[in-house]
Amino acid sequence: MRDVAIVAFAQTAHRRRTDELSEVDLLMPVLHEVLGATGLKANEIGFTCSGSADYLAGRAFSFTMALDGVGAHPPISESHVEMDGAWALYEAWVKIMTGEADTALVYSYGKSSPGEVRDVLTRQLDPYYLAPLWPDSVALAALQAQALIDAGDTDEAALASIAARSRADATTNPHAQLTGDVPAGDHLVHPLRTGDCPPIGDGAAAVILAVGETARALCARPAWIRGIDHRIEAHSLGVRDLTDSPSTRLAAQHAGAFERPVDTAELHAPFTSQEVVLRKALTLGDDTRVNPSGGALAANPIMAAGLIRLGEAAARIHRGESDRALAHATSGPCLQQNLVAVLEGETAHA
Amino acid sequence: MPKEPVAVVGIGQTKHVAARHDVSIAGLVREAAVRALADAGLTWSDIDAVVIGKAPDFFEGVMMPELYLADALGAVGKPMLRVHTAGSVGGSTALVAANLVAARVHRTVLTLAFEKQSESNAMWGLSLPVPFQQPLLAGAGGFFAPHVRAYMRRTGAPDTVGSLVAYKDRRNALKNPYAHIHDPDITLEKVQASPMLWDPIRYSETCPSSDGACAMILTDREGARRAPHPPAWVHGGAMRSEPTLFAGKDFVSPQAGKDCAADVYRQARITDPRREIDAVEMYVPFSWYEPMWLENLGFAGEGEGWKLTEAGVTELDGDLPVNPSGGVLSTNPIGASGMIRFAEAALQVRGRAGEHQIEGATRAVGHAYGGGAQFFAMWLVGSQPPPG
Repeated sequence: MRDVAIVAFAQTAHRRRTDELSEVDLLMPVLHEVLGATGLKANEIGFTCSGSADYLAGRAFSFTMALDGVGAHPPISESHVEMDGAWALYEAWVKIMTGEADTALVYSYGKSSPGEVRDVLTRQLDPYYLAPLWPDSVALAALQAQALIDAGDTDEAALASIAARSRADATTNPHAQLTGDVPAGDHLVHPLRTGDCPPIGDGAAAVILAVGETARALCARPAWIRGIDHRIEAHSLGVRDLTDSPSTRLAAQHAGAFERPVDTAELHAPFTSQEVVLRKALTLGDDTRVNPSGGALAANPIMAAGLIRLGEAAARIHRGESDRALAHATSGPCLQQNLVAVLEGETAHA
Repeated sequence: MPKEPVAVVGIGQTKHVAARHDVSIAGLVREAAVRALADAGLTWSDIDAVVIGKAPDFFEGVMMPELYLADALGAVGKPMLRVHTAGSVGGSTALVAANLVAARVHRTVLTLAFEKQSESNAMWGLSLPVPFQQPLLAGAGGFFAPHVRAYMRRTGAPDTVGSLVAYKDRRNALKNPYAHIHDPDITLEKVQASPMLWDPIRYSETCPSSDGACAMILTDREGARRAPHPPAWVHGGAMRSEPTLFAGKDFVSPQAGKDCAADVYRQARITDPRREIDAVEMYVPFSWYEPMWLENLGFAGEGEGWKLTEAGVTELDGDLPVNPSGGVLSTNPIGASGMIRFAEAALQVRGRAGEHQIEGATRAVGHAYGGGAQFFAMWLVGSQPPPG
């Protein structure tokens, strides 16, 4: 296995709307920031991979123009996943593992503002049986929250405290969209209140990966990827236990997350109730700092929010605030698909 | 540690048609996957991961359909990746899957690409209002026609070359039971008499809209040893991208396509592609792209591609057969079209291409491109394992 690390991370200030910005406009600053942080130029990067979804832009092939932001001439070795950027990072990690690249640029973006994101996400569902009913993302998350309450795993007050903690933590995150004292609010879809749900916003993120000595040359304290894995579950909610996340547990096992405790966990839990599920699947105790960035409850640019979890966890290692961190990304209704990575600073490995 | 050699041990396609009203999207992809598993002599439990590709989600009206397809593809409890690189996606998807094996992350991977264009309307899918970017306005044919015209002007190719390609590919398709367009009465005169759509591209020189899926099982050396049929070995694979629009872009022969081919030849130790390669499955959605890509991929010098076509070199019995399967011109489930090229190249070197088999083919190329001729994916497969 080659040693691969996240050596740079950048994200936009996430905002409710960015009508004045194209996707390329949104991306350019973060691409420049990560390249600037490493001193690498676009044509020195071994592999580039991005994540996004056409349905947010409301048009086919929306990612083709985003490539303009990279400055891809002379031509580059490049690929794209119609997924959260966390999976683009996974593809880039695999590419580096083959030995065909020593560095990779990974980016992702999502503009939710042009459409009604709750409606748009219904188009992710089984097109014949479920999508025609238009069950929206909040309603599906509420089903999961109610299942957790019925199982005695949580209650509304505990959920509210998750939201409060996340948004209090987000006050130190200059990129967060929603920070500070946010009232629990009214029920949006019972039992979820507005405070249990993520803000809707536009944003982008970028990461640079590098192998071995290259990573050490580019970053004072690289965040080494000690393991990374992702797993998917059945789509139909009727065949899943919504109070559990076996795919997260399996991914964590394969990523080596249970071998030693982690001090930090950046969980992609857009709804407070999903943090309850993930904490259980990952057996995270109170000694693990969960979502110091504020998490997806403070900023949830769809298709970038998972990559941001990896970036935030890595940045904490870069800053010396963490020695061993877990990063998690999710996709699909009610945590259907989950990715887990374990990141370590050099000293933790020694 | 060198990469793990990657073998193609299973290939499955659906019969491609205009509309598969008898199956759901899940039913369609499962049909191809089951055939690939049968070819490989494997079951669902032998698969470690699934890599799936298709072109825009708007073609079926399902956002990220891999989520819904996880059950149908036996992916529950496994890793599942969804690749999307426009028209090149079928090729890119195969390469991402191959990398999982090459990197020794997984041992046996199912890769699959599909399009069920009848679920929606492809022209509508490509014509949605563009909120952030300049529109391309004229659909795929309208976008590519001026570049074909530029090729003709640059090379002096006579305007008969395009119809020769269409006539050849449609005849080849008659030998491929999975091909969409089977016109037993095809004649060169019929192609030439078909309506002009986007001058110089005629109706019979364009690809159809198909429903279809293609699947492959990729595995490591150990997996190849157990395979019931001869595998195809991956000797080289590469992707290259450049922007859609920029000053100085050569739409006739994009640099990204040249670089992609050069990288594949370097990996496969090919110095004279025209002589060393036995069959080419090339992404030719409009007939004129055969001579254009012959040059772009290094099979002919600049301005010489059309001469190979005109001389019959690319015919089924020529010395460099191009698209023995009938190609994209005869079968175009867009998201799957690239993977079909990769799979057909593998069938050739496995000696399992049936009636359109090129006798003694030991090295074949699969090629795909997408976007505004900006994304390229290509692999070279051989009947023998790569050296070393």
